[in-house]
Amino acid sequence: MTTLALIARNRLALWGGIVLILVILLALVTPWLPLYPPNATDPSIKNAWFGEEGHLLGTDHLGRDILSRLLWGTRVSLAIGFASAVIAAVLGAAIGIVAGYFGGRTDNILMRLIDLIMGFPYILLALAIVAALGPGLMNALIAVAAVNIPFFARNIRGVTVGIAHKEFVDAAKLAGMGHVRIILTEILPNVVPVIVVAASTTVGWMILETAGLSFLGLGSQPPDPDLGSMLGLAKDSLITDPHVSYPPGLMILIIVMSINLLGDGIRDALDPRLRSGALSRPAAATTVDRRGAAPAFRDEGILEMTDLSTEFRLKRRTYKAVGGVTLAVKPGECLGIIGESGSGKSVTALSVMGLVASPPGVITGGAVYVEGEDTVGMPYRQLRALRGDRVAYIFQDPLATLHPLFTVGDQLVEAIRVHHRVSDKEARAKALELLKQVRIPNAESRIDSYPHEMSGGMRQRVGIAMALANDPEVIIADEPTTALDVTVQAQILSLLSDLRRERGLAIVFITHDFGVVAQLCDRVAVMYAGRIVEEGSTSDILRSPAHPYTKRLIACVPELGEGKRALAAIPGLPPAVDRLPDGCHFADRCPKARDVCRQDDVALMGQGGRAVRCLFPEAEVPGAPEAVPGPPVEAEPITADRVEAAQ
Amino acid sequence: MSAALKLENLTKDFPVGKRMFGPPRGVVHAVRPVTLTVETGETLGIVGESGCGKSTLARMLVGLLSPTDGTIEIEGAALDNADPSEFGRKIQYVFQDPISSLNPRKTIRQVMEAPLKHLHSMPKARRRERIAEIFDAVNLREEFLDRYPHEFSGGQAQRIGIARALAAEARILILDEPVSALDVSVQAQVLNLLARLKAELGLTYLFISHDLAVVEAVSDRVAVLYFGAVVEVGRAEDVFRAPRHPYTKLLADSAPVVGRDLKAPEGRETELPDPLNPPTGCAFRARCPRAVDRCAAEDPPLMEMGSGQLAACFNPVPEGEAAK
Ligand SMILES: Nc1ncnc2c1ncn2[C@@H]1O[C@H](COP(=O)(O)OP(=O)(O)OP(=O)(O)O)[C@@H](O)[C@H]1O
Ligand code: SF4
Ligand code: SF4
Ligand SMILES: [Mg+2]
Repeated sequence: MTTLALIARNRLALWGGIVLILVILLALVTPWLPLYPPNATDPSIKNAWFGEEGHLLGTDHLGRDILSRLLWGTRVSLAIGFASAVIAAVLGAAIGIVAGYFGGRTDNILMRLIDLIMGFPYILLALAIVAALGPGLMNALIAVAAVNIPFFARNIRGVTVGIAHKEFVDAAKLAGMGHVRIILTEILPNVVPVIVVAASTTVGWMILETAGLSFLGLGSQPPDPDLGSMLGLAKDSLITDPHVSYPPGLMILIIVMSINLLGDGIRDALDPRLRSGALSRPAAATTVDRRGAAPAFRDEGILEMTDLSTEFRLKRRTYKAVGGVTLAVKPGECLGIIGESGSGKSVTALSVMGLVASPPGVITGGAVYVEGEDTVGMPYRQLRALRGDRVAYIFQDPLATLHPLFTVGDQLVEAIRVHHRVSDKEARAKALELLKQVRIPNAESRIDSYPHEMSGGMRQRVGIAMALANDPEVIIADEPTTALDVTVQAQILSLLSDLRRERGLAIVFITHDFGVVAQLCDRVAVMYAGRIVEEGSTSDILRSPAHPYTKRLIACVPELGEGKRALAAIPGLPPAVDRLPDGCHFADRCPKARDVCRQDDVALMGQGGRAVRCLFPEAEVPGAPEAVPGPPVEAEPITADRVEAAQ
Repeated sequence: MSAALKLENLTKDFPVGKRMFGPPRGVVHAVRPVTLTVETGETLGIVGESGCGKSTLARMLVGLLSPTDGTIEIEGAALDNADPSEFGRKIQYVFQDPISSLNPRKTIRQVMEAPLKHLHSMPKARRRERIAEIFDAVNLREEFLDRYPHEFSGGQAQRIGIARALAAEARILILDEPVSALDVSVQAQVLNLLARLKAELGLTYLFISHDLAVVEAVSDRVAVLYFGAVVEVGRAEDVFRAPRHPYTKLLADSAPVVGRDLKAPEGRETELPDPLNPPTGCAFRARCPRAVDRCAAEDPPLMEMGSGQLAACFNPVPEGEAAK
């Protein structure tokens, strides 16, 4: 959506914008309007009431026409306000960008200076500057601009620091660009939105400040009007003739209000989080829109999904992230879900406890039975009681689930007490016990550490301890070791494996690494474009993969101990899940694809937990079509046409 | 064979807790003296765990960071002024995160033109031709040139990153985790592309990764980094199969491999040494099952272990004892 359309969608901002444009137009055409000269005095009609003697808004204490002075004054106030905003924005942004880009000593010195300016009370500083320079409009402008520079400098510096550390800036340096060019062409375009937002939210205040200085007689000098000085003069006759102060006061109110409303609209429209809808609060549980009856319970495991479908409904498109997944895990069993990014592994996992963000996520079909109870469409209270207590999650990034401001002990205690009424002391003892179970050395002292004081591996152990806090029956681990180093990964995997044996946990382990699956999981399901394309025991799948995708996926992952070699890449990319092809989703990348493959949906066929979704599988699977061995998977350099096929 | 890249005692210290006046509160030795040679046409793999100094080393090699000490020699000429535009013509960098290495507000054409314009002062018509050539070499369609970075998948963006590095006509590429942000199936595509470009253009690679299997598959030689120093160097097929340094062995034993039983090779929770307060002697000592008295007193230098393999260890893993 364009920025303008986004602003216009915000009603208040739209009105603010319209009013502001009207005021500006009025100010622009003032010289051509049939008005009295603004400074022409007429002692015979002092302080005339609205409409008296042909003066629409009356006259002031010298008999000058207020309407004329109001419009001319508005011109001046707007011009000064915008000019000081531009000056403050340009200078402030320049300081901020230079400080943020160069960092180090430059940054230190510039920011200390800015701090120094900010140390003074705002209006006092402006007064001091005008006092030093002498009263006058220009000097008021300088003062207002000067006191606003720090605001811009600080804001822009913060943003610049973030951008200056981006890799594209390094790349520009390596492309031979100098500092000035980098600042102008790499940094500036990325901070302009921030400058615009900062300016649009402050220009209203700057107009107010200029008016304030004029009100005190330090800005525009008599007889020239501006809104502040008009108010200042009106205050002398406030008791006897209050109406003289209404027009300038009202005009200031209108201008500042409209600018601020528009400014807020601009800010919201340019905020990337708002654009992506990330700031709208998600529902407590995923929306369910299930047509038809829930599939029956098959009693195949402690966690059982049948035909689970989840999609993301965005404005124009519907992404079928999960398109009918059927899976089951028994106590003490570890089921691996393997697939590439975007294949729907995480969405499947999150759908189990209704944790997919809604909007845009919607569960559109199927059932998820946890100990025989369907969680799809379950009342929120009931679902909440199951979360953490029966089914717990471990995520890739433990930092995202741990609160940075509480000790790990406090967070564990909290987790325990959500589901169990126990005393603080008991809960803490249990927390300590958990930390020991996940083999955290020195658990007694570590319990009072904050998450950031721990290494990645330790944090993931705490993440596991949190998951174990309420003795769940099922643990869903979504790439829990992807962010960890190999040595730490080995420790976490063996810990999970031990826990499963000791506690009879059912584990659903999501990963993209066959090595991990081979070591930890009893069974594997391979996902592609939102569906399971093959499942079976780990050894079956690794030894004789039946789906062409599985076979090629295994072949394209290098394995340690095979020496230098070319890899067998899979050409192309997975299909976008909002435009899934008819028939087999893998057909575009499959060397064996025939016309029939692209006609009807290919079903997952097989029996006894071994199944494949392919019409011409690579290996014999009971209950599936006969095997048709494909061409050998061999390493071949990618060629232009294959890459094109992907795009 | 001539050396494409020669590092001698290359060192980087970072001051921490900087104060406006006076010395900093402490110093982190991110890269301890590293001496390495990369031959022309070779791929040298560099592995190590997070925080071991891989990226710091790489950034010094392209002039993005100035070394605290030591020398860098590129194709026979010393370069130590930390001026990226000086380095840029000889050595280029391919970044880990393909999307964030492209300015979101520039078209791909603008991105591709920068090195041609600023490093080689190429006239406009020639730039057009050259970009077309490079895009052809990396299997990208020319119509992509007028699009913006967010319109590309990770694999495509990484190919653009590689194209940009080629545009500088550098003969040495530093590949800093070039495929770790990519999906496995795309990862293989990019690795194969890199291998083909290397053969066609006679490039030299420094391939940095934390994935042992990937490094092994693409490298001629591998250097293992631990706590800012090279602890072992050798031929790719030997280093993980027959490691001599106990740390390399630990890495090799930890990698998940199909058909190997799951067990943590290292029982206790171990942490890297405190960089502000490094231990005396061998940095790996606290984790090392083979430590002897001498390890506490002296920092082991890289020593010849036979058949060209070097390891920094006083009590190396015996030759016959392969990784499990
Ligand atoms: N909040 C969201 N809004 C819109 N689409 C989404 C959202 N979250 C996920 N998707 C889409 O759903 C599909 C499946 O995503 P999912 O995260 O399950 O993949 P994954 O297999 O876990 O991948 P990865 O390995 O990258 O974690 C993708 O096409 C993704 O773009
Ligand atoms: S159904 Fe056809 S296109 Fe799909 S994987 Fe099997 S052989 Fe390939
Ligand atoms: S030098 Fe000693 S402590 Fe260091 S790795 Fe070798 S045996 Fe272990
Ligand atoms: Mg995921």
